[in-house]
Amino acid sequence: MSIEITGVTKRFGDFVALEDVSVSIPSGQLTALLGPSGGGKSTLLRIIAGLEYADAGTVGIEGLDATHLPARKRGVGFVFQHYAAFKHLSVRRNIAFGLEIRKRPKDEIRHRVDELLALVHLEQFAERLPAQLSGGQRQRMALARALAVEPKVLLLDEPFGALDAKVRKELREWLRRLHDEVHVTTVFVTHDQEEALEVADEIVVINEGRVEQIGSPDQLYDEPANDFVMRFLGPVTQLGDLLVRPHDVTLTTGADDPDAVAGRVARVVRVGFEVRVEVSTGEQVVLATMTRTEFLRLGVDAGTTVSVRVVPGAPVVPVSGSSVRSGLEVPAR
Amino acid sequence: MAERQRLRTRGPGRFVTRAIVTAYLFLLVAWPLWLVAQNTFADGFDNLRGILDDPDVVHALQLTVVVAVVAVVINTVFGVGISILIVRYRFPGRRLLNALLDVPLSVSPIVVGLALVLVYGGRSGWFGPGLEDAGLQVIFATPGIILATTFVALPLVIREVVPVLEEIGTEQEQAAQSLGATAAQTFRRITLPAIRWGVTYGVVLSLARSLGEFGAVKVVSGNVLGETRTATLVVEEKYLNFDQGGAYATAFLLALVAVACIVVVSIIRPKEEPR
Repeated sequence: MSIEITGVTKRFGDFVALEDVSVSIPSGQLTALLGPSGGGKSTLLRIIAGLEYADAGTVGIEGLDATHLPARKRGVGFVFQHYAAFKHLSVRRNIAFGLEIRKRPKDEIRHRVDELLALVHLEQFAERLPAQLSGGQRQRMALARALAVEPKVLLLDEPFGALDAKVRKELREWLRRLHDEVHVTTVFVTHDQEEALEVADEIVVINEGRVEQIGSPDQLYDEPANDFVMRFLGPVTQLGDLLVRPHDVTLTTGADDPDAVAGRVARVVRVGFEVRVEVSTGEQVVLATMTRTEFLRLGVDAGTTVSVRVVPGAPVVPVSGSSVRSGLEVPAR
Repeated sequence: MAERQRLRTRGPGRFVTRAIVTAYLFLLVAWPLWLVAQNTFADGFDNLRGILDDPDVVHALQLTVVVAVVAVVINTVFGVGISILIVRYRFPGRRLLNALLDVPLSVSPIVVGLALVLVYGGRSGWFGPGLEDAGLQVIFATPGIILATTFVALPLVIREVVPVLEEIGTEQEQAAQSLGATAAQTFRRITLPAIRWGVTYGVVLSLARSLGEFGAVKVVSGNVLGETRTATLVVEEKYLNFDQGGAYATAFLLALVAVACIVVVSIIRPKEEPR
């Protein structure tokens, strides 16, 4: 394991940002810390980096106890949401900063910076100031700067949060490819579940200062530990006392099914290739989504009586406030 | 934005406003200063030559420059330090310290002078006799003048640097640290370049203020001709002794240096600071 966090607690005044958090982050992988804003994921990342110190608990990086080490001795690269570019230095000098601090020979620095400029596709911008770059370019520069010192782990705090949707999507794919090339243990914070599911090898879901679940994107999506994870990772709808994904709800007409619930189609909305059918079962409204082809084959419309059921084997989670919290960390991996 | 548009298109009102501001500045600042210059050169260069040939005046000018430079250096070093302390750290008494820093601007310099005499006075001050026994005379000597000048110009660097420090935030410094920089390296390579214009303005304002300090210096210097008399005291002395030409010439030199500082800064200052 590359990063070992055990029993970390952090308070800011009365606010508990992290409460007895333990996480192991494997080497060489891309791990996402996913959760809603204010849930403590950025605080956890900053504690790993040494930009904050935990009130209790320990942080180990590559087998070294880093709990009390200052940031500069941890061998971590950190990328900030708002780039933290050194505004008075050119792109080249920004990337060279860590190497200059380490007093590497000039030739070596130039060579290494050239490599990194190529890696982040900023060769032609080497002599510009950060103010002359776009947001995406600045973030790539910040990434090259962090990679220059060959960190043991690379930490990214909402790295694409300040970018517009299109650039964010491009950079996220690019980060994945970059990681496949560079293979440095990487942890990034995001509140965007799509970003985490698409990019990460491993996802740690954090909410209200606690770890809700740790697992691969598939595990989290298919076997959510509780209703919070279920709700946070994608759309949900409720059938009886169960939370289920709308695409795992099927509708049938006519045939009697002992497991199905009878209902009436209340509304049909078509969004591109997807059709959303709202079915009223009397006490609740269930949402079912399907492709347009499936919808046409079903042949229903507002007012039609249908049977509603969950696809056998689909992930369901009982609806309840805190009772499912007992299984915070999923034992089965 | 909308407000600026509205003000810009108000037509005649705009000219009236402009005329009032111009007249106000002209009557209050430009014209009196111009008269000082006019009086200085009323007899060609005679007045200037007169004071520059007087060894006591030359000594006073030198003393003023030395005092101002030392005071500016002290205020710059401590000003930057205190600014970082106030902006980057939270500690009990921080607000009090912050309020205390404005005291030198609000208290009359003459009060400052008297207070310094009470503390450092050679015969009855708190520290004065002890320091004098150790061979350091503060009051009625150069150290006292430096002390008084430093006191009155104390907040100027701080008030320029604090807002800049607040605006740049801590992320660049944190990034530098995570890249391996020590606190000293972070300060020299990241913080200092980022606040350099704030420091520059603070230094210029401090220098102008230090050159011109009169009240506090008058109390603590003893005003000994050729020893502890500074340029501003020369101006008063000459004016009271009906040597108006000498007074105007010295005043002109003082004003010239101060104006030159501000002009130089406004020329070398980048039009729009790179953000």
